[in-house]
Amino acid sequence: MKISGKTIGGLLIFSAIALFPFLYNIGKTDAQPVINTDTPVIQELGATECIEDTEYMRENHMQLLLEWRDAVVREGKTTYTNSKGEQFEMSLQNSCLNCHNDTPETVFFTADTANVGDNLFCYSCHNYAAVEPDCWDCHNAPREAER
Amino acid sequence: MSINRREFLKRAGVITALGLGGAVTLDAFELLEPLKAADFTSENKLAGKRWGLVIDMNKLTQADINNIIAGCHEAHNVPDMGNPKDEIKWIWTDTYEHVFPGSENHYLDEKTKTMPFLVLCNHCDHPPCVRVCPTQATFKREDGVVGMDMHRCIGCRFCMAACPYGARSFNYWDPVPHIAKINPDYPHRTKGVVEKCNFCMERLDEGLMPICVEKSNGAIVFGDLEDPNSEVRKLLSTHYSIRRKPELGTQPSIFYLIGGEDNA
Repeated sequence: MKISGKTIGGLLIFSAIALFPFLYNIGKTDAQPVINTDTPVIQELGATECIEDTEYMRENHMQLLLEWRDAVVREGKTTYTNSKGEQFEMSLQNSCLNCHNDTPETVFFTADTANVGDNLFCYSCHNYAAVEPDCWDCHNAPREAER
Repeated sequence: MSINRREFLKRAGVITALGLGGAVTLDAFELLEPLKAADFTSENKLAGKRWGLVIDMNKLTQADINNIIAGCHEAHNVPDMGNPKDEIKWIWTDTYEHVFPGSENHYLDEKTKTMPFLVLCNHCDHPPCVRVCPTQATFKREDGVVGMDMHRCIGCRFCMAACPYGARSFNYWDPVPHIAKINPDYPHRTKGVVEKCNFCMERLDEGLMPICVEKSNGAIVFGDLEDPNSEVRKLLSTHYSIRRKPELGTQPSIFYLIGGEDNA
């Protein structure tokens, strides 16, 4: 089989386009969002820990929220007991947002990540991962931000 | 050892026929980490087998009605769309003729004919809206409340066609600009979902009565229809009551007491 110049040219153009994003980003630092929730506002609330440990929440918060959603909306159950036996109201609005209410005072960003959003706790990672949370379509956006 | 295409397809066919083809996929699902400590309980919840309301039209004044509607709409972020075509209805009023079609007559007393009847979702025993919902976004709870899971509603509006009481409204527009003051404790809706009265199930789960009952000055009585000693059953066993369109067999949970100044 004879490979013509056109074929090779086409392949070159294709690989150039396909590889462009990788080549373009070579050597650029992959600045991950670093969030610090140890702030005066949160300390004032007295709650220094999330309902489960940070590692667990980071990996499973989406599953947890789905479970809460079905339990509250469909089964009428409103209390969550965590792995330590502590109880919380299953509510995005009234539990999560008490701390994660996205004011500049509650979430600090490092200089690297200051550009990802207006100090929004959820969006700092969600923008980075390009996953759009649709919670705020119906649930009232964090209260403090409305003021 | 190498196999040719024909042999490969044969073997694949045999494995699939034996039901082993899907095993890999199933394994993948089991690898997902199950939630730990997912123990959901509720302490204050009002327990009932079938919640119902008795609306005593003789006790209900126009001021009560205004209070009830305002209270419900404020609490649940119900928008005022400003025109009847886009109206979002949770609890509203209509005339006797419209609320009880087929029961009207030319010589009906003026009071009944003109009085505003408070209407809301009937939370039927056999809710047609639940039957037609393709995503089970509308569901019937164990306590008889017909609820909606807005997360699952795809806005197909089958339920609106199925509901014989017109108790369902569609959000043709984003409701947020039309909500006078957003109650931060309850979510609002988005464009493209159907909504209706939820019997204040968020309050029932906290041990509170529905808002309409609370604001009615005793004109609306709330209770368990399956408990013979409940307030509603006592009223129903001593007064003549009617329901909306009983001939359809939906078995509404909302009862009306009409006529007779002292409810003979």
